[in-house]
Amino acid sequence: MLEIKNLRVVVDDKEILKGLDLTVPAGEVHAIMGPNGSGKSTLSYVLAGRDGYEVRDGGVTYLGKDLLAIMPEQRAREGVFLAFQYPVEIPGVGSATFLKTAVNAVRKHRGEKEFDALEFLKLVRAKREALGISEEMMRRPLNVGFSGGEKKRNEILQMSLLEPRLAILDETDSGLDIDALKVVADGVNALRREDRAIVVITHYQRWLDYIVPDSVHVLSEGRVVRSGGKELALELEQNGYGGIGLQAGAAV
Amino acid sequence: MTGTPDSMRAIESAVAEKYKYGFVTDIAAESAPPGLSEAIVRFISAKKDEPEWLLDWRLKAYRLWTTVQEREPTWAKVQYPKIDYQDACYYSAPISDADRPKSLDEIDPQLLATYEKLGIPLKEQEVLAGVAVDAVFDSVSVATTFKGKLAEMGVIFCPISEAVREHPELVRRYLGSVVPYADNFFATLNSAVFTDGSFVYIPEGVRCPMELSTYFRINAANTGQFERTLIIAEAGSYVSYLEGCTAPMRDENQLHAAVVELVAFDDAEIKYSTVQNWYPGDENGKGGIYNFVTKRGACRGRNAKISWTQVETGSAITWKYPSCILQGDNSVGEFYSVAITNNRQQADTGTKMIHIGKNTKSRIISKGIAVGRSDSTYRGLVRILPGADNARNYTQCDSLLIGEQCGAHTVPYIESRNRSARIEHEATTSKIAEDQLFYCRQRGIGEEDAVALIVNGFCREVLQELPMEFAVEAQKLVGISLEGSVG
Repeated sequence: MLEIKNLRVVVDDKEILKGLDLTVPAGEVHAIMGPNGSGKSTLSYVLAGRDGYEVRDGGVTYLGKDLLAIMPEQRAREGVFLAFQYPVEIPGVGSATFLKTAVNAVRKHRGEKEFDALEFLKLVRAKREALGISEEMMRRPLNVGFSGGEKKRNEILQMSLLEPRLAILDETDSGLDIDALKVVADGVNALRREDRAIVVITHYQRWLDYIVPDSVHVLSEGRVVRSGGKELALELEQNGYGGIGLQAGAAV
Repeated sequence: MTGTPDSMRAIESAVAEKYKYGFVTDIAAESAPPGLSEAIVRFISAKKDEPEWLLDWRLKAYRLWTTVQEREPTWAKVQYPKIDYQDACYYSAPISDADRPKSLDEIDPQLLATYEKLGIPLKEQEVLAGVAVDAVFDSVSVATTFKGKLAEMGVIFCPISEAVREHPELVRRYLGSVVPYADNFFATLNSAVFTDGSFVYIPEGVRCPMELSTYFRINAANTGQFERTLIIAEAGSYVSYLEGCTAPMRDENQLHAAVVELVAFDDAEIKYSTVQNWYPGDENGKGGIYNFVTKRGACRGRNAKISWTQVETGSAITWKYPSCILQGDNSVGEFYSVAITNNRQQADTGTKMIHIGKNTKSRIISKGIAVGRSDSTYRGLVRILPGADNARNYTQCDSLLIGEQCGAHTVPYIESRNRSARIEHEATTSKIAEDQLFYCRQRGIGEEDAVALIVNGFCREVLQELPMEFAVEAQKLVGISLEGSVG
C-alpha cells in the first residue's frame, strides 16, 4: 500500500528526514514512535503534501503511484487521510457544511453520486453518535472553540466519512483524557479493514494498548532505527528511548 | 513541493469561464439620441407622460447639475478616466412604448430567455414562489408579478413610473424627501434623468407577506441606468426587499447612478438587500459598470428600523454608502456588507449612521475581500448629534486579502457630540491562512473551492442576514467572484 524509500526532506534549509524507509501493507496498523524532533510530524505532512517540505531524495509509492507527484487534494481523493495533531479552525464554516463539501468532493472523484443535505445528515448521525459527537457540535464552526477531545473526535468522524485507504493519525491521543482516549480508539478500531492501512504516530505506549499495532517503528533523527512487533512499544515504555540506545530528545 | 500543473489548469479554466452573465440580448430598442440636455430631460418626462410637477423637479435637478459638473466627487479611493456625460444615452426602452407588454405572455420570448439565463424565473408558479419580482430591463419595468395578491393587502409594488400615474400624491410627498435632488452630483444627475425603478408602499400595520424583489439589468450599449426606488413603510408595517443586478459584457464602461430612498415610520421595519453582480470588466480592467449609487433610509418614527444588507461582487467601480438617518427615538439602523473585488475592480463602500433621536442604535458589519490587483475600501461615518442621548454604535470592519497585489483600506469617521454615546469600532485585516487551505485540501477540497469556503465563512455574519432564498445564490456568487484567485 505505502512504500517509502530513502526519503530525504528539507524544511527551512534543515534536513529533517534523512533517508527514511518504511513499508506499510494494506490491512495493517503500524505505529511510529520517537522522541520530539525525530521527524514524525514532518513525515505525516510530506505524505499529505503540505507546502514547504522539500523532497531532496528518495520517493513514496502509494497504491503503485508516485505519491509525491500528486496535488494534496488529489491525494485525499485517492484515499490518503491525515488526522491532524492540531486540527485547524475555520471560522464561519459549519462543521457539517465542511464535512459535506469534503465528502462530496471525494465522492465526485470516485464517480459516486454526491449527497444532498438530507442524505448526508442521515449518514452522519449514525457515525457521530458512536463517537459521542452531538448534533449541536456539527452546527458549530469547524473546530472553533472545540475542546481538545472534541477536535480529535471530529478528526476520526471525518476519517470514517471519507473512508480512506491510508490513514495517518498524528498524535491523535494527545490532549485526550482517559475516557475520550477509549472512545476515539474504539472509533479507529472500528475502521480497521483488510484494504486499509493505518499509520499511528504517538509518543505514548498507552495509546497502543487501545489501538494494538501490527508493527512498531522507532524514528530517530529522521530515520527508522528499529522496527518490531507490538512488544517493541512495551520495551520503550519500560526502558525509554535511552534503553534502545537513543537519547530522548537527542535529535532536536 | 506540490506540482503546479493542476493549479495552472484551475486558473486557466477559471479565466476561460469569464463573466457568466455576459450575454447581449438582441432586441429592438428605442433609444434617445446620446447626450444630456434639457431637451432630453423633457423627452424622458414626455415619454412617461409625467405631470408638470415632476418635469419641473427634473428640470431643477438638471439645471443644478449643469452648474455643479465640476463637483463630481473625487474623495473616494477610486480612479477612472473622466466620464463624458454627453457620450451616454439616457433613455432606452426594450420595445416601443405603445407596445409595452401588458402581461407576461406579451413579453418578447428572447427577453424571458434572458431572465432565465439570469436564473430569475418570471412565471409566478415557478421556484421563486413567495417572491414578487419587478424586473427592470434597461430603463423600463417589464413585468411585475404578484401584484394582484399584494393589492388585496393594500401593498403597492409597481414601477415608479406607474406610481407617478396611479399614486401621484404619495410619490410627490416622498420623492426626494430622503435624498434631495441637490444631495450630491450623481443623485442630482439621477433626479434629472431617472427612467424607472420600483415603488413600494406598505400601509399601516401590514406585514408584507412575501419578499419583494427587483432585478436590474443593463443591456443596451452606451446606456446609463438611472433607476429610482422609493419605499415607504407606514407605522407598524414590515417589508423585506431584495434587488439583484447584472449587465452584459461590453468593452466600454457603463454608468449606473441609482437613488434609493426608504422611509420608515413608528415601529416600521424595512429590510433592504442587494446582490450586485454588474459586469466587473475584464482581467485588465477593460469595460465594466461604474456603480455610483446613493441609498439612504430615514427612520422617521419611534422604534423604526432600517436594515441594509449588500453583497457587492460586480462593477468595475463601486461608490456606494447605504445610510440611515435615525430620527425617531429608539430607532435602529443596520448595515451588513460583503464587498469582493477581483482583478482590477475598485470598491469604495460603507455607510453613514446619523443618530438624531434618543436611544438610537446602529450596527455596522463590513467584510471586504480583495483579490488580484483590486482595491477595497470601507468608508463609514457614525455621527451622534447633541440630542441623541444614549446613542449606541457597534462597528466591525474585517478585511481579507488574497494574493500580494491587492489592497484593503478602512476609513472610519466618528463624530460624537453627546457624552452619553457609546461607540465601538473593531477592525481586522488578515490573509487566508496557509494551514486553513491545507486542511481543506487534505480533505479533498480543491484549492479554489477551499478559498470560496473560507471566504464564505468569513462573510457568514453578513450572508445570514439575506433572505433565505437568496443566501444560497449569494454563496455561489462569492465562489464565482473568487475564481482565478489562487495560483
